[in-house]
Amino acid sequence: MTEKFDAIVVGAGPSGNAAAYTMAKAGLKVLQIERGEYPGSKNVQGAILYADALEKIIPDFREDAPLERHIIEQRLWMLDDQSYMGTHYRSDKFNEERPNRYTIIRAQIDKWFSKKVKEAGALVICETTVTDLLKDAAGKVIGVRTDRENGDIFADVVVLCDGVNSLLAQRAGFRAELKPEHVALAVKEMHFLPRDVIDERFNVKGEEGVVIEIAGTVTSGMVGTAFIYTNGESLAVGIGCLVSDFKKTGETPYALLERFKNHPSIAPLLKGSEVKEYAAHLIPEGGYKAIPKVYGDGWMICGDAGQFVNALHREGSNMAMTTGRLAAETVMALKEAGKPMTDANLAAYRRSLEESFVIKDLKKYKDLPEFLHKNTQFFSDYPNLLSKAAETWFRVDGIDKKTKEGQMVRGFVKARGWRGLLGDAVKLARAWR
Amino acid sequence: MHIVVCIKQVPDSAQIRVHPVTNTIMRQGVPTIINPYDLFSLEEALRLRDAFGGKVTVLTMGPPMAEDSLRKALGIGADDAVLLTDRFFAGSDTLATSFALATAIQKIMETEPVDMVFAGKQTIDGDTAQVGPGICCRLGMQQLTYVQKVESVDPAKREIVVHRRSEGGVQVLKTSLPCMITMLEGTNQIRYGTMDDMFRAARADVRVWSAAAAGIEDMTRCGLRGSPTVVKKVFAPKARAQKARPVDGEGAEALAAAAIEAIFASQPKLESDLLKQSAGY
Repeated sequence: MTEKFDAIVVGAGPSGNAAAYTMAKAGLKVLQIERGEYPGSKNVQGAILYADALEKIIPDFREDAPLERHIIEQRLWMLDDQSYMGTHYRSDKFNEERPNRYTIIRAQIDKWFSKKVKEAGALVICETTVTDLLKDAAGKVIGVRTDRENGDIFADVVVLCDGVNSLLAQRAGFRAELKPEHVALAVKEMHFLPRDVIDERFNVKGEEGVVIEIAGTVTSGMVGTAFIYTNGESLAVGIGCLVSDFKKTGETPYALLERFKNHPSIAPLLKGSEVKEYAAHLIPEGGYKAIPKVYGDGWMICGDAGQFVNALHREGSNMAMTTGRLAAETVMALKEAGKPMTDANLAAYRRSLEESFVIKDLKKYKDLPEFLHKNTQFFSDYPNLLSKAAETWFRVDGIDKKTKEGQMVRGFVKARGWRGLLGDAVKLARAWR
Repeated sequence: MHIVVCIKQVPDSAQIRVHPVTNTIMRQGVPTIINPYDLFSLEEALRLRDAFGGKVTVLTMGPPMAEDSLRKALGIGADDAVLLTDRFFAGSDTLATSFALATAIQKIMETEPVDMVFAGKQTIDGDTAQVGPGICCRLGMQQLTYVQKVESVDPAKREIVVHRRSEGGVQVLKTSLPCMITMLEGTNQIRYGTMDDMFRAARADVRVWSAAAAGIEDMTRCGLRGSPTVVKKVFAPKARAQKARPVDGEGAEALAAAAIEAIFASQPKLESDLLKQSAGY
């Protein structure tokens, strides 16, 4: 095919749509290629939408985007086998005119986003797989090869937004294969319940929603978390752990999810629901150190493909949209200045990432993935110890409080030792910093 | 040769649910697809076009979102697309639908003569197999349903020979053009369009016709008013009471034997049938 584009975006997830939309809106000639049947058909997320990242791309998205509920209450739970211990934060301040976080259904929001991309003027082609990148003699990326007849297409720059596996970036040698300790496998189910049942069970009304993020023994000592998100008429229920841990323990994701759903604190929340969907997805959780080089001669990488996920804060799609936007803005600036899409010029993309929250946040937690990987006591010993301590404290049984305090402290010391406790505290503080 | 292919956008029946209380299909959030039976007819039409030249026009009636299915058909290789959409069409049964589609085809014929009309054998959501023959009847074309093979077409003599599956055998039929064909499933495999097809589909202007634009004057024959079919009762078949049960056994062979034994115990006729078969009856 002889037609040439300013940019080709591979993939129609949050990062691809952000990149394609931003460039098309600026008048660039953009082709977006998606392998799924429609944009969103292959995409899986919890899912929470962080408004800020999308607002910077489509300021008035709230007018017609398919949003489920805005979040007014965040719960963080630590589970052991019988109990949970948690903190809740709920505020009427979150009932604002432009709410900060929403629950969404990924496939629906991607479809909506893709409509915006088309309206902005990009050409969107679905059901087509990019099999390879086309390079010139000097190694500069000059286009893509697709699995369709007559399927070579050329562009000044190719933006790879093809998701966590990014086989393209791997094949082109831009990125190494994913390491099992850098990627989590998450499974989730959609539990359908009538709207009023959800409202009552989660103590909300109207469009208000609740997020529960959960850690503890439910992951059998593996590094991972579980979640429950309230959609309009369904609950997203999921759990995920590092692939390396699944491998080590021989646990299966669905067994983990079953156990989670049957937990005495979780089961009542799901009672009577009808399960409609079951989905699984990989989440890049290697953090800062796992980020590959994200630009080169004629190419850039955005979103999950570039490992842009903050696992601790459960942020990924906002980073995807932000990296997509920043990549697009880099291309726009170079076009404007009449400069070629070379490695040196596209380095501006990396610089803008450094200045944004994306790299700043990931850098802050750069040691956390490794730390958690080596210190699984935070997913096994501590949930049990905390639960035991709470139980001791709240049970009124004629034992005096001083003795109870002694029991609680001894419980911790027995399990971890003074030195261990101190070490855990110092290590956690360091990794957090 | 100008071929019109009638297609329908349907909910993906693999993913629909029936509402537990009202027994109606819950379409919300269910992905739509081109009725799978239509694809065999579309592919056959494209093959005839490739062999004899001409063009393939895809036609559908449905809500505005049905344009997606037309665009998909263009991406597969169709040349032109017409969407028949109007609020007057809402609630159409097969009688009203075939009336509207036949009128639209007549409208198409005013500018370009039509040699063949293809339709799906039936839809996966209605399963009536009435719309294709209904169109055919109204247009006064030869009717060739359940076709498993188009043997030959002679554009000069305006003749076609097809193999038609019928109860207890295959009919080899020769008839004159124009004709209406519905293809049997499994007779061909839908092609994967070229990149050029995909570009063309993404950029194409789908012709959108209202009832008036399609040349329909008598609105009482459209939509709910033109549909004598009355749905008296809808019910979802009950799930079978039979439960899965585990079988015991050490090793694969023992497990398989136990499984077969359990199956035969509950299906005695199956065992005797298989015995007869192996004995050569």
